[in-house]
Amino acid sequence: MKTFLKTIAAAAILAASASLASAQTIKVGFSPEAYPPFWSADASGKWTGWEVEIIEAICGEAKLTCELTPIPWDGLIPALTTKKIDAIMNSMSITDERMKTIDFSDKYYNTPTAVIGPKGESFTADPAGLKGKIIGVQVSTTHSAYVKKHFTEAAEIKEYQTQDEANQDLAAGRIDATQADAIALDAFLKTEQGMACCDLKGNVAEDLEILGPGVGAGLRKEDTELKGKINAAIKAIRDNGKFAEITKNYFDFDVYGD
Amino acid sequence: MSTIVLAERLARNPWLQPHRIGLLAVAAALVASAALFMRWDWIPNYYDLALAGIWRTIWILVVTCALGMMLAIPLGLAQAAGPWWLAMPANAFCTVIRGTPLLLQLWLLYYGLGSLFPQFPAIRNSELWPYLRQAWPYAVLALTMSFAAYEGEVMRGAFAGVPKGQLEAARAFGMRRSTVFRRIWLPQAIQRALPTLAGETVLQLKATPLVATITVVDIYSVASRVRQDTFIVYEPLLLLALIYLLITGVIIFLFRRLEARIPSRLG
Amino acid sequence: MPLMQVSTYELLAFEPPGWGGNLLRGLLNSVIIALGAYGFGLLIGIGGAYGKLYGGPILRDLLEVYTTIVRAVPELVLILILYFAGTDLINRLLEALGYARIDINGLVAGIWVLAVVQGAYSTEVLRGAILSIPQGQIEAARAYGMPPGLLLRRVTLPAMLPFAIPGLANLWLIATKDTALLAIVGFNELTQETRTAAGSTKAYFTFFMAAGVLYLALSLFSNVLIARIERWSRRGMPSVSGGPG
Repeated sequence: MKTFLKTIAAAAILAASASLASAQTIKVGFSPEAYPPFWSADASGKWTGWEVEIIEAICGEAKLTCELTPIPWDGLIPALTTKKIDAIMNSMSITDERMKTIDFSDKYYNTPTAVIGPKGESFTADPAGLKGKIIGVQVSTTHSAYVKKHFTEAAEIKEYQTQDEANQDLAAGRIDATQADAIALDAFLKTEQGMACCDLKGNVAEDLEILGPGVGAGLRKEDTELKGKINAAIKAIRDNGKFAEITKNYFDFDVYGD
Repeated sequence: MSTIVLAERLARNPWLQPHRIGLLAVAAALVASAALFMRWDWIPNYYDLALAGIWRTIWILVVTCALGMMLAIPLGLAQAAGPWWLAMPANAFCTVIRGTPLLLQLWLLYYGLGSLFPQFPAIRNSELWPYLRQAWPYAVLALTMSFAAYEGEVMRGAFAGVPKGQLEAARAFGMRRSTVFRRIWLPQAIQRALPTLAGETVLQLKATPLVATITVVDIYSVASRVRQDTFIVYEPLLLLALIYLLITGVIIFLFRRLEARIPSRLG
Repeated sequence: MPLMQVSTYELLAFEPPGWGGNLLRGLLNSVIIALGAYGFGLLIGIGGAYGKLYGGPILRDLLEVYTTIVRAVPELVLILILYFAGTDLINRLLEALGYARIDINGLVAGIWVLAVVQGAYSTEVLRGAILSIPQGQIEAARAYGMPPGLLLRRVTLPAMLPFAIPGLANLWLIATKDTALLAIVGFNELTQETRTAAGSTKAYFTFFMAAGVLYLALSLFSNVLIARIERWSRRGMPSVSGGPG
C-alpha cells in the first residue's frame, strides 16, 4: 500500500510541477522488450544497451531530463500524438509513412536489414528464396511493411508483438525465417539458442522508401524546439567523440552508417 | 387496425417513452457526429480482412464452447458423483484453470511449450508437427480448457441438484445405469445449467481477443493492424467494440430462442 | 535433469541475477491494482445499484447502457479504449478549462480502467442483493423516520451483504486475473514482468509456470479469506446448507 500512496503522491507532485518543469523534463517512450544489443533488461529491472546509453548522452547534451516510459511497441505513436510521451527513441526508422503522422529528428544510426533462418536450410533473402516459407516479423515495423510489399506473393507472413517472440518461434521451428535489423539479429545468432538453431541467410535488397534513411527520435510535428535541441545534441555527440566512445563498447564498426 | 389502437400500441412501446426518445436523439447525434467528424476512409481497404477476422472469431468461439461443454460434462460428473480418484483431479483442474489468468495460460501453452520443442527433435518429425507449428491449435486448446473449467463447476452443481428420488425411481423401474444417466440425469442437469450457458458463452467471446497475442488473426488483431498501419487510434477500436456488441446480441438472441424451445419446468 | 533444476533455482532467485524478486514486485503491483480497481469498482457499484433502483428514468437508462456495454465488449478492447482515449480526454478537458495537463501514470490509469469494468459487474451484483433484502426491513426503517444515509449504513448494506458476498467474491477473483490484461498496455504487473524475464532468459516455460503458481496462490489465499468473510457476514442467520440461499 505504501508504494501505492507514494505513487499517488508522486503523481500529484508531478502534476503540480508539470507547468514549472515541463521545459526540462521529457518522457521518452520505449517498448519494454529485449532487443539486444540496443535494449536489454537485467534482473534488477534496469534497462541497458547501446540505445539506452545514446539516449542518456543525447539528453545530457541537450540538458533535458529524460524519463524512460514503457509503452508497447504498437502503442508508441498513438502515445506520442496523445502526449502520453514526448519522444520515441526505440530504434524507430524514419519513414515516409510515419512522417505523415509524426516528425523525426536526424538519424542516429542506420544498419542493414537481414533475414535469418534455420541452420541446414539454405535459401536467399529474396522472393525466390522465400517461396512457400513462413516469414515472421514484428508488427508495425519497417520490416513488416517490407515483407508485405516484396514477399506477399511468395511467402506466408506472420506478425508478432515483439521481435523476441518471432526469434523464439524461429527457434521453435514454427516459422522458417524472420526479417529484422541486421545487428539485432546478429545479437540473437550469438546467443546459445541462436547458435543452436539458426544462421544468417543474407541482407535484403535496399528499398529506401520503406526502410528509410535510418533511425531517429520520433517527435510531435509541433515540437520544433525539441527537434532542434535533439538534432543539435546528436551532432554534438558525433563531433565530441561521445558517440564513438559508447559505440566501441558494443560494436567494432560505426553503426551511424554513411 | 384503427389508428387509436396503433397509437396505444406505440405509447406502450418501451422505446417510445418521452425520455427514451430524447436519449435516442442524443445517441443518434453522437453516432452522426462520429460518422462525420472521425476518419472512416480506411474501412474499404480492410473490409475483406475484417470479414475473415470476424469469421475466425466466431469459429473459435463456437468450436471452443462446443468442445468445452463436452469436457465440462465429465468434469462436473466426476466432481459431483465420481470416486475420489476422479473427483480430485477434476477439482484440481477446475481450480488451477479458474485461479490463473487465461492470458498466462495461453502464453504458457504457446511460447512455453514452443521453447521446449527444440530440445525434442522427435516432435518435429512427428505427424502432429504441421499442427503444432501453427498457432490456432494452442488458442483452441487454451480456450476450450478455460470454458470446460468454468462450465465444469456449473455442471457439478447441476448434477448434484437433480433430485435423488428421480434417479432412484428410474433404477426401480429397472433402467440400467447408463440409461438413467442418458435419459434422466444428463438432460435434467443440462437443463439446470442452461441459464448460465448464455452468460458463459458471452464471457468466452470476451476472451477470444487474447488469441491475437499468439499471432492468430481474429477480428481484434485486424483492428490492431488498422491502428498500426494507419496510426488511427480510436475509430478502429470503437468499431471493434460495436462488432463485439452485435455478436453478443446475436448470442443472447439465439440462447433465448433455444431456452424458449426447451420446457423449463424442473422436476 | 539435475543441471536444469539448478538453473531453474538460479533463475528464480530473489536477488539479481535471479528474477524471483521481479516476479514478486510484479505480483505486488498486480495486487495493488486489483485492490484499487475492486475498491473503486465497489463505489461505482453502490452508486450504480442505487441509481438503477431509485434513480430517475434517464439515469436508469444511462446505467443500463453502461453495464450492457461493459459486459458485452471484451476487457482487452475496453482497456485499450479507456487507456488511450480516457487519459487523452481528461487532459483535453483540462486544457479546454485552462488547467495544465496532468500526468496520469500507468498505475493510476490501470486502476481506473479496471475499476470502470468492475463497476459494471458490481452494479449488477449489488442491485440483485438489495432486491433480495426483505422489503419489510427497509420499510420498517423508513417508518421509524431513518434518514437515507443512516438507512444505507445500518440496514441496506449489512442486510444485503450475505446476498452480495458470493458475487463480490467472484468479482475479486476476476479483478486479480484481469490485471494480467494490463500487460498488453505495457504495465509492469506480474504477467508483463514474467514476459520480460522469459524473453531475457529464454526460459519461457519456467517463468510462465512460476507466474501461474503465484496467481494460483493468490486465488487460493483469497478463497480462504472469502470463506471467513462469508461465515462472518452470515452470523446470526440460519444455516444455508441444503436450503435455497
